[in-house]
Amino acid sequence: MNTNTMNILIELFSYDFFVNAFLASLLAAISCGIVGTYIVSRRIVFISGGITHASFGGIGMGYYLGINPLFGAAIFAILSGMGIQLFSSKGKVREDSSIAIWWSLGMAIGIIFVYLTPGYAPNLMSYLFGSILTVSSGELWLMLALAIIIILFFTFFYRTILYISFDEDFAKTSDLPVNLFNYLLMILISLTIVLNIRVVGIILILSLLTIPQATANVLTREFDRMMVYSVGFAFLAAFIGLLISYFADIPSGATIIFTQVIIFGLVKLIKTLNV
Amino acid sequence: MKKLIEIKNLSAGYDDNVVLENINLDVFSGDFIGVIGPNGGGKTTLIKTILGLIKPISGELTLHISKTNIGYLPQVNQIDKRFPISVFDVVRSGKSDSALFSSFHKNKAEKEKAESLLDEMGILAIRNKAIGELSGGQMQRVFLCRALMNNPELLVLDEPSTYVDNNFEGELYLKLKELNEQMAILLISHDVGTISFFVKTIACVNRNLHHHPSNIITEEQLTSYNCPLQIITHGNIPHTVLKLHDEHQHHEHTH
Repeated sequence: MNTNTMNILIELFSYDFFVNAFLASLLAAISCGIVGTYIVSRRIVFISGGITHASFGGIGMGYYLGINPLFGAAIFAILSGMGIQLFSSKGKVREDSSIAIWWSLGMAIGIIFVYLTPGYAPNLMSYLFGSILTVSSGELWLMLALAIIIILFFTFFYRTILYISFDEDFAKTSDLPVNLFNYLLMILISLTIVLNIRVVGIILILSLLTIPQATANVLTREFDRMMVYSVGFAFLAAFIGLLISYFADIPSGATIIFTQVIIFGLVKLIKTLNV
Repeated sequence: MKKLIEIKNLSAGYDDNVVLENINLDVFSGDFIGVIGPNGGGKTTLIKTILGLIKPISGELTLHISKTNIGYLPQVNQIDKRFPISVFDVVRSGKSDSALFSSFHKNKAEKEKAESLLDEMGILAIRNKAIGELSGGQMQRVFLCRALMNNPELLVLDEPSTYVDNNFEGELYLKLKELNEQMAILLISHDVGTISFFVKTIACVNRNLHHHPSNIITEEQLTSYNCPLQIITHGNIPHTVLKLHDEHQHHEHTH
């Protein structure tokens, strides 16, 4: 790195909005890296996609009622997470159909509310495609709180989470509180999705929950290491993507994901050539 | 002899689909019961009900031992083989009563127990491998270790001989015979030929359950209980199956 680039970086960090964006990418990497490892290992990526898109209903409702759209999104995300499980376990609807129902219902409700809201819906695009450079400090505090909760939860209950994820039936036979943990983890997934919507947007958030994990999985087949590596790769991609977004003036969601895929490709290539 | 499990007039199944109807079975300490029967006959439903994974539709199921005192080896195809977990962690997960909050107390005894089981099965060297890197035989050994972590009074195995080679299959049954000195065993198999050599009694499950007091049953009995079975025998594994009848028939491999 030459002095010139160094100076530009130092200058960037003198702007509040850039410091906020930097912190947002770090906090997003922590929550998405850890929760995403759980999602990928347990093969519930599609459920997470359903929750993500269903949360758009809450965003639309937030606009209509004049409350914070993220608050509405959180309610919709948690309800859809529970709803998907309830539909498939009690309602005897096939799980993938149940996901599709909630996925599209949430989007439809969102669209209805946005169109019912008089006037222009500000920042709507930033919820759909992400806008890390406009993250507010209030949102940062929420992201920090979530990151701390996730770190504590996954540290305290590491083995319980690991055992339930690996073999749910066996965990039941050894009297672990399987249902309680399934619901708690579903709530954590919902909150992770909602609070990171501002970083990459509804359309693209699945990437933060899967691509760094796929990259980590190339290097390790241990749950705990996969969480740590995922956080690292997610942060690296978010920071590089943030820089590209700033200099090329492209929405951050797209540049972050593009960087993630490049990193995944490089790691996979290096690993393949080495073996 | 201590009674471990008592099943009375039990019916069980999934949703509205009754798989087991009005069955009775007592399991005592020292038992080695081979559970045989056709696919879809209710073998797995039976042990899932015993383990509390399926609620009975009607009838009584009484456990005279704690649930965690039952060691369970599920069918291998129920396991996600690409899950990021090491052999050592899989075995340790058998001791789940200490899993809650266990990140903070390292639990030396638990680790030593896992190590000694892996050593006993001759797979201590692969303790750090990922579960997906193992052969079928190694994987079954790992799941057997996991099932033994709590020193169970009853060991329940669901088709432990699938995806394993003939050598290991014989080895596994000998190991089970040895374990049977310390615990009761309930072994599910579609492979009536091989298991009847090792088990003490046979339970034939096909919607109903017939518990035969010995390990030898005749083909007539099987047919009269509506328990059609594919007879499979393997290379040099002994199979004093189905006595009577002309032996050659049973040597024909239908695999």
